[in-house]
Amino acid sequence: MKGFKKLFGWLVMLTIPFLLAGCESNLIVFDPKGPVARSLTDLIIFSIIFMLVIVIVVFALFGYIVWKYRARSDDGNFEPEEEKGNHLLEIIWFTIPVIIVIALMIPTTKTIYEVEDVPQGYEEEEPLVIHVTSADWKWIFSYPDQDIETVNYLNIPADHPVQFKMTSAGTMQSFWVPELGGQKYTMANMQTNLFLVADRPGSYYGRNTSFNGKGYAHMDFEVQALSQDDFNDWVQEVHDTANTLTEEKYSEILEPTVIGRMTFNNTHLEWIDHAHGGSEKYLNPELYRISHGHEDHEGHDEKSEEETDSNEDQTKTEPSQSEDHAHH
Amino acid sequence: MSLDEFFVTGDPLILASQIAIGLTMIGLIALITYLKRWKWLWNEWFTTVDHKKIGIMYIISGVLMFFRGGVDGLLMKAQTSRPELEFLDAQHYDEIFTTHGVIMILFMAMPLLIGLMNVVIPLQIGARDVAFPKLNALSFWLFFAGAMLFNVSFVIGGSPDAGWTSYFPLAGKEFTPGVGNNYYAIALQIAGIGTLATGINFVVTIIKMRAPGMTWMRLPIFVWSTFITSIIIVAAFPIFTVALAYMTLDRLFGTHFFTVANGGDPMLWLNLFWLWGHPEVYIVVLPAFGMFSEVIATFARKNLYGYKSMVYAVAGIAFLSMLVWVHHFYTMGNSAAVNSIFSLTTMMIAIPTGVKIFNWLFTLRKGRIEFSTAMLWSLAFIPCFTIGGVTGVMLAMAAADYQYHNTMFLVAHFHYVLIPGVVFAVFAGLYYWWPKMFGFKLNEKIGKWHFWLFVIGFNMTFMPMFFVGLDGMSRRMYTYSASTGWAGWLGFSAIGSIILAAGFAALCYNIYWSFRYASRDVGNDPWNGRTLEWATASPAPHYNFAKVPEVDRLDAYWYMKKEGNTGLKKSDLKPVHMPSNSWTPIFLAVVFGVVGFFLVFEWFTLAILASIGIVVGLVANSFDYDDGYHISVEELADEEREWRGDLQ
Amino acid sequence: MTSHANNMPLEYKTQQSQMNILGFWVFLGAEIVLFSTLFASYFVLEHNTAGGPTGQDIFILKDVLIETFLLLTSSFTCGLAIHSMRSHHKTGLMVWTIVTLLLGAGFLYMEINEFIHYVHEGASIQTSGFTAAFFTLLGTHGAHVTFGIFWISLLLIQLARRGITEKTASKFFIASLYWHFLDVVWIFIFTFVYLKGMVM
Repeated sequence: MKGFKKLFGWLVMLTIPFLLAGCESNLIVFDPKGPVARSLTDLIIFSIIFMLVIVIVVFALFGYIVWKYRARSDDGNFEPEEEKGNHLLEIIWFTIPVIIVIALMIPTTKTIYEVEDVPQGYEEEEPLVIHVTSADWKWIFSYPDQDIETVNYLNIPADHPVQFKMTSAGTMQSFWVPELGGQKYTMANMQTNLFLVADRPGSYYGRNTSFNGKGYAHMDFEVQALSQDDFNDWVQEVHDTANTLTEEKYSEILEPTVIGRMTFNNTHLEWIDHAHGGSEKYLNPELYRISHGHEDHEGHDEKSEEETDSNEDQTKTEPSQSEDHAHH
Repeated sequence: MSLDEFFVTGDPLILASQIAIGLTMIGLIALITYLKRWKWLWNEWFTTVDHKKIGIMYIISGVLMFFRGGVDGLLMKAQTSRPELEFLDAQHYDEIFTTHGVIMILFMAMPLLIGLMNVVIPLQIGARDVAFPKLNALSFWLFFAGAMLFNVSFVIGGSPDAGWTSYFPLAGKEFTPGVGNNYYAIALQIAGIGTLATGINFVVTIIKMRAPGMTWMRLPIFVWSTFITSIIIVAAFPIFTVALAYMTLDRLFGTHFFTVANGGDPMLWLNLFWLWGHPEVYIVVLPAFGMFSEVIATFARKNLYGYKSMVYAVAGIAFLSMLVWVHHFYTMGNSAAVNSIFSLTTMMIAIPTGVKIFNWLFTLRKGRIEFSTAMLWSLAFIPCFTIGGVTGVMLAMAAADYQYHNTMFLVAHFHYVLIPGVVFAVFAGLYYWWPKMFGFKLNEKIGKWHFWLFVIGFNMTFMPMFFVGLDGMSRRMYTYSASTGWAGWLGFSAIGSIILAAGFAALCYNIYWSFRYASRDVGNDPWNGRTLEWATASPAPHYNFAKVPEVDRLDAYWYMKKEGNTGLKKSDLKPVHMPSNSWTPIFLAVVFGVVGFFLVFEWFTLAILASIGIVVGLVANSFDYDDGYHISVEELADEEREWRGDLQ
Repeated sequence: MTSHANNMPLEYKTQQSQMNILGFWVFLGAEIVLFSTLFASYFVLEHNTAGGPTGQDIFILKDVLIETFLLLTSSFTCGLAIHSMRSHHKTGLMVWTIVTLLLGAGFLYMEINEFIHYVHEGASIQTSGFTAAFFTLLGTHGAHVTFGIFWISLLLIQLARRGITEKTASKFFIASLYWHFLDVVWIFIFTFVYLKGMVM
């Protein structure tokens, strides 16, 4: 029984402050900066209230029962009675979870449908379309209407809906900007859609959450929400100063590397949209050969020798921190 | 392939392990030879078909694998304890979380549960063995061969590095051209065949070998959960077999099932994997539920509350487990309707699970709760698992999941389900059934240390993960920058993992201490149990029961004791038929392991040559008409007298 | 344990035989899941031909019909074999089983030729998602037939040595379940792979 006291004490001590801390601090998921994320956060908080009630009821009942019915030295030869079960009670604790499930299901379904469309209040505006292409281990953003391509950063107008048309050049990734909305996968030969809005200008943290190899931890990007004017200025600036992306340069970008930011005044959609196949042209398995702590040249494969050599700097590039990942 | 590619070289950690493994192997071989124990090992263990010995071998392997998986976990916690630490590089970290996941689920949880099932189920239903003893041995040895093949990867050739889920296209040759993921495909295939055979074995055992009078509603609850688990094994494992076969074909023979190129469909892998993977979670959790039920009823000194609804709840969970796989990829861009339906089916699992929680609580109510170590594990399970359960419901809500998916929140959730749900159960089961396996109890005092260290360490390790997850930390990141603000949570978590490890060390010490010093005088029924396994000697004799008991109600042994009906008349004894040992299971498994190894390295000629061994084993098995042997009444009577005193 | 088994067929006489047969049924349950997965994957990948040949391009109805005829007949002769076994007719069992295996071998011969033909047409297992799923589904069935032929050949040797006993009878009965199962799978392949592939 001493054991029990300790057990219960520890559990209470461990869980409750954590839960409280969770609700009070500005954890990123509880700190939405746009309507899509806000509706998700509302749903999450709604569910947490239910869950807290369940946890408290179960813990209290557990604590009470275990304490009250512990074996005592003065029990003597007391032997508990056998119990068959009680239909009424069993129906009650069958029904309560059913009601909880229904109560959670209604807002869940509503939110699932809601976040698939242009956020409420923005239906009238024409969304800015951005093509997202994820590759190992970088994010490529194409603005077909503006004729701009960026790597590892994303500028969007604030208070304006953005439609992301997402695909991958190879492995599967997941596009997530937690302050603006939920995540979705990017997959080769397929296209997924996501709508996001940022309330006001600011910098938001975005990253890949789906593991895709060595450079995965560094596969993040910054979303800059700008005022409409600033956004237009930026577009103009890119057209004035940025380089043109060539197919050759593009293939080089797609090699498995961790790289910094880039900007171009055209898009790779001119020659390929990975959502509709053709990615195999850019695959190069030899670049993924791993070495366990020593340099290891796959010289036995005649076909790939030349390629391996010419790409040597990439194969040797250990993923390195290229940007500041601050998001707070 | 040159030698330095064959052996993983360059990493001092791995080099140290290689040397340690080499020395341990040489040491073991030398020791066994010195003690002249080879013959004994071969006759008593390697060729045995006795379900209790096979169960014990499963348990030993499971504990060893627990150690291996635990070291992986500790290394991960160490690497992420501080931001931008350069302890492990990305590749090493990726391999470690992959092997941690695979080993903990398939080579730790599964063998420990199947081991306890093996030991307990035939005893609980009053049977002499399982339906197919030789197949049972084959199951174990195939599992063992698979586990060894998988483990050898980190010193030879390189470990799998695409996560325990091995998602394509990453796990394909296009993105991981080394041999690492070949190990995944082939080792799991070999172990999986063994598991499937176990499933079939227990379905038939429980249908056909119950003691006279043991109708379905008189089955101990652990037998029920094992039966339903076995059915899920039969229904789910073939899906994994096919998925792994496709993976093997893709990687070894250049087909295009899951590739980016030539019309492959990587999302087919995700679907097949989770069509197996989700039921797999219940394959490990349901038997655990059964064990908790047994332990709770025993130490509350009461029968299980709502037995029938417990059975229906297990069946309900099993059924629903087949209909929820999509919740592992809500974010794949499914239609809103699909996500809504799978949210509903997933949340519905909470209903029968809730019923079980309340039935356990009401079993305790009005009982006389004794805090034995086995009971402590079962009690701690209830609150810890509740946290895992409610966060599971939160994850089930598809829209909310868009913010949790692939984050540490998810990692925290499934550790809160699997550790209380499975590991606590295994510990409860080990403390509870240890005397039945070995004839002595594990030390209760060291057990308490084991318990408190483990439970506290567990909560400290995994509770912070909920919060870093909600703070945007995705899983499987080998490093993070200091500016994220996660360092505090993760540092705390790393300290917790050390306490967790200390708990495991206490278990190992307990096993050692009890083996050396514990009293051998525990009687057949040390816990005042309720089910048939306590009706026979501890450790259980090789024939299990001298006379198969007759059952007239639930908790039969409890009432036999009350009615003073536990004696044995010599006139009731009849000769007992026993199966003979067999060399084919271990032989076949070794050959499977060798063929698997050759296939991993794509040495096809060698693989074909070695496969001849499989044919030899199968032919030998087909021509084996060995009928076993009989134990005479005199021998039975002698053995029974040893623990019963004189027979009636 | 054999008290009520007196009026049972020979293969059900002992408790162990009953368990073997039940166990085999459960195994067939697992096989159904296995083939269902293969079929489902085939339906998913069916149209992923990646510019390679489609089913319509390569399937030859005549050969497939002959294969179907051979396998269906073998299932019938397998039934005759078990019928002979039930009336303790050892030679009948032997002869019909051998006929069954020959028909099975004929089926295999046709199927291998069919595969060789496809490869010549440019549809090897490595060509596309479609061919991978097609060859794996058909190949798994074909491998089962091959395994069955070897296994039942071993049983024939045991039968010749030991005659029809409780043990050999239950072995033959289980083998017959296996053989019929493969026949059923083939009917699904014929319908949902070949007919569907040629019509659609």
